[in-house]
Amino acid sequence: MKYLDEFRSPGVVKALAEKTKRLTGGHASYMEVCGTHTMAISRSGLRDLLAPEVELISGPGCPVCVTSDRDIDRAIAIASLPDVIMTTFGDMMKVPGSEGSLADAQSRGADVRVVYSPLDSLRVAAGTGCRVVFLGVGFETTAPTVAATILQAAAQNIENFYALSLHKLVPPALRALASQDDFRIDGFLLPGHVSAIIGSEVYNFLPEEFGIPCAIAGFEPADIMEAVYLLAAMEKPEVRTEYARAVRPGGNPKALEVMRRVFEPVDAEWRGLFTIPASGLALRPELSSMDAGTWEVELPEPKPRAACRCGDILLGRIKPLDCPLFAGACTPDQPVGPCMVSSEGTCASYYLYSGEAD
Amino acid sequence: MCLAVPAEVIEVLEGELATVDVGGARTKISLSLVEGVEVGDYVLVHAGFAIETIDEEEARKTIELLEELERLEGMR
Amino acid sequence: MQELLSETVFPLLGGSAAEAEDAAVLDLEGGRIAFTTDSFVVQPLFFPGGDIGKLAVCGTVNDLAMRGAKPLYLSLGLIIEEGLPFETLEKALSSVAEWAGRAGVRVVAGDTKVVERGKADGLFINTAGVGVVPEGRDVSITGASPGDTLLINGHIGDHGVAVMTEREGFRFESGVVSDCAPLNALTEAMLAAGRVGAMRDATRGGLGAVLKEMAAASGVAIEIEEEKLPIREGVRAVCELLGFDPLYVANEGKLVASVPSADETAVLEVMRSVEEGRDSVAIGRVTDGKPGEVVMVTKLGSRRLIRMPSGEQLPRIC
Repeated sequence: MKYLDEFRSPGVVKALAEKTKRLTGGHASYMEVCGTHTMAISRSGLRDLLAPEVELISGPGCPVCVTSDRDIDRAIAIASLPDVIMTTFGDMMKVPGSEGSLADAQSRGADVRVVYSPLDSLRVAAGTGCRVVFLGVGFETTAPTVAATILQAAAQNIENFYALSLHKLVPPALRALASQDDFRIDGFLLPGHVSAIIGSEVYNFLPEEFGIPCAIAGFEPADIMEAVYLLAAMEKPEVRTEYARAVRPGGNPKALEVMRRVFEPVDAEWRGLFTIPASGLALRPELSSMDAGTWEVELPEPKPRAACRCGDILLGRIKPLDCPLFAGACTPDQPVGPCMVSSEGTCASYYLYSGEAD
Repeated sequence: MCLAVPAEVIEVLEGELATVDVGGARTKISLSLVEGVEVGDYVLVHAGFAIETIDEEEARKTIELLEELERLEGMR
Repeated sequence: MQELLSETVFPLLGGSAAEAEDAAVLDLEGGRIAFTTDSFVVQPLFFPGGDIGKLAVCGTVNDLAMRGAKPLYLSLGLIIEEGLPFETLEKALSSVAEWAGRAGVRVVAGDTKVVERGKADGLFINTAGVGVVPEGRDVSITGASPGDTLLINGHIGDHGVAVMTEREGFRFESGVVSDCAPLNALTEAMLAAGRVGAMRDATRGGLGAVLKEMAAASGVAIEIEEEKLPIREGVRAVCELLGFDPLYVANEGKLVASVPSADETAVLEVMRSVEEGRDSVAIGRVTDGKPGEVVMVTKLGSRRLIRMPSGEQLPRIC
């Protein structure tokens, strides 16, 4: 497959790993903030190729992972309404809220349907009298697609289509991370597809204000390895783009404009972390008639999750193995926190691919 | 985030749509988030949309760079 | 599901989940009978390469064949949702008839029930099957031994992708059709050509699930090579688009056999001479490692631990 296979060459990946390990002269830790990166790294066994000199840490990069209990409860409450069909990406089906997941709600009778594209919801809406609510989750890669769908629904007067936006933004989260007192990292591996939308210049504050080197990486093994190499080779902190075939300095202006027409930044609660200012997206007031987030629904009592250490895992403070629940009370089949529930969550990746659970 | 796959544009359709091909699998996607896309171009497909065009010149440069790195490393 | 079986069903009915076989071989006067049952709830009912009727026959025939049995008779239980179009039922039943004929089995017992609208997804089918295990044959999921070669009869992931791409919203034209097929002709040929220690057909959970089950039941370790796995381009493409791992995508016409290395060449050659085994290939070996452990050597040369998949893979965007 073109533009995939060329970046999977074993020879290239191994050569880059060797070169990188020599450059770091000791030890370096880089944080990747994209769940798809976590998955790709685990699936190709890249950590092993870089160990022990280079360590790759997973940060809060999974938009599913960081969806709060309350937000999931709201989605479930809406999906459970008798005249509502909820359409969602598959990723969200098994995320646990205070009283189970969307999948659980589905088995109790809620009409929840997995779609590939938010546009599929418009087709569902056209064929029913029910209210169709699309659950919008994801970072800046996905938000424009949902925004475009909302605009299309408005243009086509699809009156029974609504959206519940749980979208989040990456740069504010990176700022919140970098501002933590105990945050020590030798560099960030930045998300290639988010960056295709928002560009590379938006990250300049990381080297400039915090002295953190950054490399924007694609998702094939050679992309990731090359980006890690760029981090190791950086003489002064800056933002380098490995994924130049998809990322321009100013990003995708058209997609950004579509996003701005539909969404505005709001404060958002990041599960396991805290509320990060202006890190979420809500529908603009002029679109409130399509905003399922404005609906009054009854929410269950929030569930205290004292033993769950997802927050510390997302901040890179501890590893999945350090969490007392990992692979015991918390497994992919019965996840407690989102780090385990998402197939790309840090803990799920470790559990599935690294075998520490044995 | 996130899963996006490079796809070749096979046909540009009315209504800002296109038929694309990924390794032999074909599907229709929306072009409403990109501009100036023509048949033969490559785009990144995510959730039924093209979210960016692939710069083939940059791709070529990156591939060449990687191959050169491998060659040099092999000479050590 | 695994827990439901191991914590409730098996304890109540007797037996252990870990050693669950594809079919039960029963000593009866005059020989050994293989007996199995399966229920089919696939959606959509019709998909490229097959339908629920064909699945219902092949699934049960194959479970018998995996124990080295010659399948003989099937029972057919139908649960029909009120309102199912008659043509749909007719098509499904014609398919049952066609594939029973092709597999060389007869449907000799059956039952039909109609339930209210909403109580069944159109049509549910259960088939139970009976076959005879020839004297001297002992093929079991517990029979893999260190040193054995692991063989598969062709490409993985076809069925899961074919079914997925029939669903509204996932209509990727990939040319992929379900691999649903009866495997008893293949297994008979294999067992005539050499020894087969363990065999299982890869259905839900894909190749990954079968390898884990075999390693656990036989108390052995397994190592496979990613490079050797036969995967069609169309399957790869759809898996890339939806974020699926082909290792865990469902099949309906694939078996994995653990064969002593001395018999590898003979068995492989005979497999390739049968239609359902044309693309047979060796994908790995049974080793002396940690019992139950399955490792895949990636194309990059790194080692990746294969896990038991939990539940159905859902299309993802992350």
